[in-house]
Amino acid sequence: MTLQVERPPSSQEPKPHTVPHQRKWTDYFTFCTDHKVIGIQYLVTSFMFSFIGGAMAEVMRTELATPNPDVVQPEFYNQLMTLHGTIMLFLWIIPAGAAFANYLIPLMIGAEDMAFPRLNAVAFWMIPPGGLLLIVSLLIDAPQAGWTSYPPLSLVSGQWGEELWILSILTLGTSSILGGLNFLVTIWKMRMPDMDVYSMPLFCWSMLATALLVLIGTPVLAAALILLSFDLLAGTSFFNPAGGGDPIVYQHMFWFYSHPAVYIMVLPFFGVISEVLPVHARKPIFGYRAIAYSSLAIAFLGLIVWAHHMFTSGTPGWLRMFFMATTMIIAVPTGIKIFGWCATLWGGKINLNTPMLFGIGFISSFLIGGLTGVMVASVPFDIHVHDTYFIVGHFHYVLFGGGILGLYSGVYHWFPKMSGRMYNETLGKIHFALTFIGINLTFLPMHPLGMQGMNRRVALYDPKFQFLNILCTIGAYITAVSVLPFVVNMVWSVFKGKPAGRNPWRALTMEWQTTSPPAIENFDEEPILWAGPYDYGIDTQMLDEDQSVDELLAQASAEVN
Amino acid sequence: MNIPSNIVTLLIGVTITLVSLWYGQNHGLLPIAASEEALQVDGIFNFMMTIATGLFLLIEGALIFMIFRFRRNEGDETDGPHIEGNVPLEIVWTAIPAVIVFMIAIYSFEVYNQMGGLDPMAAGDTGTQEIAHHHSPTGNANLIALDSNGSEIALGLGSSPERAEDQTLMVEVNGIQYAWLFNYPDTGILTGELHIPINREVNLKIKAGDVLHAFWLPEFRIKQDAIPGRETQLTFTATRLGEYPIVCAELCGAYHGGMKSTLYVQTQEEYDQWVQSNTLAQTEPLKESVATNPAPTSQEQFLEPFVEQMGVEAETVNQLHALHHEM
Repeated sequence: MTLQVERPPSSQEPKPHTVPHQRKWTDYFTFCTDHKVIGIQYLVTSFMFSFIGGAMAEVMRTELATPNPDVVQPEFYNQLMTLHGTIMLFLWIIPAGAAFANYLIPLMIGAEDMAFPRLNAVAFWMIPPGGLLLIVSLLIDAPQAGWTSYPPLSLVSGQWGEELWILSILTLGTSSILGGLNFLVTIWKMRMPDMDVYSMPLFCWSMLATALLVLIGTPVLAAALILLSFDLLAGTSFFNPAGGGDPIVYQHMFWFYSHPAVYIMVLPFFGVISEVLPVHARKPIFGYRAIAYSSLAIAFLGLIVWAHHMFTSGTPGWLRMFFMATTMIIAVPTGIKIFGWCATLWGGKINLNTPMLFGIGFISSFLIGGLTGVMVASVPFDIHVHDTYFIVGHFHYVLFGGGILGLYSGVYHWFPKMSGRMYNETLGKIHFALTFIGINLTFLPMHPLGMQGMNRRVALYDPKFQFLNILCTIGAYITAVSVLPFVVNMVWSVFKGKPAGRNPWRALTMEWQTTSPPAIENFDEEPILWAGPYDYGIDTQMLDEDQSVDELLAQASAEVN
Repeated sequence: MNIPSNIVTLLIGVTITLVSLWYGQNHGLLPIAASEEALQVDGIFNFMMTIATGLFLLIEGALIFMIFRFRRNEGDETDGPHIEGNVPLEIVWTAIPAVIVFMIAIYSFEVYNQMGGLDPMAAGDTGTQEIAHHHSPTGNANLIALDSNGSEIALGLGSSPERAEDQTLMVEVNGIQYAWLFNYPDTGILTGELHIPINREVNLKIKAGDVLHAFWLPEFRIKQDAIPGRETQLTFTATRLGEYPIVCAELCGAYHGGMKSTLYVQTQEEYDQWVQSNTLAQTEPLKESVATNPAPTSQEQFLEPFVEQMGVEAETVNQLHALHHEM
């Protein structure tokens, strides 16, 4: 994507500063329409919910250190399990992806804001009430039918908890749809004049694919939940077998959204990794178009694989074979990405700082999730391990490996841009080491557990599985401890970190060409595309910290002329 | 000594291949295989494990190598080479995963077919049934897709078409919160644990009384959801004597973890003896009392007779008792 300056630096007058240059801290608690404020609001909110969801996981792992249900009652265990899943997916990883999209997309494409700023703020402000509904349900009567809420169990295990859960997911789903629509229109319509789709950063491609999935999948989940709500409150029998309904139809509708949702969760972080690796390896991303198209391929294939969650339920044999084939094909675009990232690192000048460590950790553990993903796509093997700890291990590798390590990588990478200050590298590395050891110790032993015969969603289990469970529990504690250096680092560095300057990584994407943190309308002057997002290794005269865009543009223009 | 790099690559390739082949067969991750079906599933898992080990070693090895080999020197502000892509290389690594998953898919299809997954008796192909009805309302004899009772076709793993059906032992399984009940229609035995003879095909007709459950035999590598309002089935042949756990794998409520039973694989003589003693022991009134709808009894009353078999601690049942009174 080598780009040359196509026009001389803008001769326009700098925009008059009619608005203040920086935000006040109080703006972050208001209905602010600035995409950067909304991005931070999303990010901080999602991390707060992650601490709640994480605490629930720790209670569950403590309970599972012994085979008997002795720490919490089995009912309460099921409530924790349901809320842990729901919070981590709908209130942490999905909003965290939206956080990066909100913060970065307008900056990356040289726009002042999102296409629909007010809608954007509305989308964010649906998250806190959606989350509170779940937390409140814990005080009244929490849902305990798992995050899948399969009927008939969800219809008989406590009406109010279930209904609050449905309302919460509907609120969060609506927020997600509004956000997705906004990302799609912004990427498509708001790019700066010189930027065609092939000079967009890959993060924009991955958000494009994510937004398409959100818009196609989420309404189907909403429909399923509204019908479930009718069954629950109005006594209809859409899914209730007692009245002639079909619980399998719910499963089809649920997974039609919830399988693509996995990609809604990880695709943004595939994008993040495609941004982080080239910068810190000082090399162009390998195979830009292949990685861009593979995001779209994953989105498309992601929509036709949902029944692989139902191989052991009411799915006829031919349907199992069809969904086995489509599921396995997903390994091809994901393989393209993994090989592309490895080739990007190959021969580079790898700076092993915290974003890069998390980036490499991301590839290495997502790989395990991907390999076990192909295994569970195979119907005969999936019949054995379905609904066991093998699956728990598999999807935590996918979501922790593919989502959360990517999320941390992005948080450290863009922290200087968002805060204007550098984070502490030592604390960052301690955070990485603890996280990486913690998650592998937690989730690796789950695979043999599942294969040996331990089913999931249980508070009591056969004592022969205790040893591996103790390992998982120790791993979970290490993962919990890993959060401490992270929080200390973030809070301390926001106030006391070394000033970052506009471009501490000497990166080439547009967001680094403005001040850190960016001015209220992002760019003081009309931004000009002077290089492709990954043009490393061409011009040794890289943009350094003190050099302004004006100077650089003048240089580039002089070279062209 | 200066070894040419292609020889080094070859040696690494051979090593990774040998290690993968060895580990794929010797991972020790699966429990004992106690049926013909389990051996087939283990075959496909070993195959996938071999490939996965190879890819894991290759990619993780490359990552570790790169961290050391391509690490930036302190103070080096220059960039790496400007390499944007390489079309032949990209084609190769698109083709390799495509070929691998194609092989795994074909192999899986074969195994699934062998296990009886694509047996028309189990395929749930209701479309065929309807069309057949229209065209030949009386010619039921040649409608292979029709179940013996002609009404509903079960989902799950069916019996192989070659087998004569009267050779198969039929057992009706009913999953309820939180127990499995087994009914032997031939002998009228109703029990909380499953006894089967070795080397004889067993066909389980699985139903659910309240919510979803899943009937799982880890040592047999087979599992099937029990769905209220629908009948599903599993067919297998035990090849190893012993006791094996029966586990519920679908979340069915608070005591889902306690919903267990035991499968006893016995010699034909032991099995006949068990049938005989149970047929005598199960007098009519007792049979009725066990077979009545469990709904009116409280959970802990209902569970009491099954506590021992389910492997649930007495403590758990007491908790259930306390809980019932709270409610």
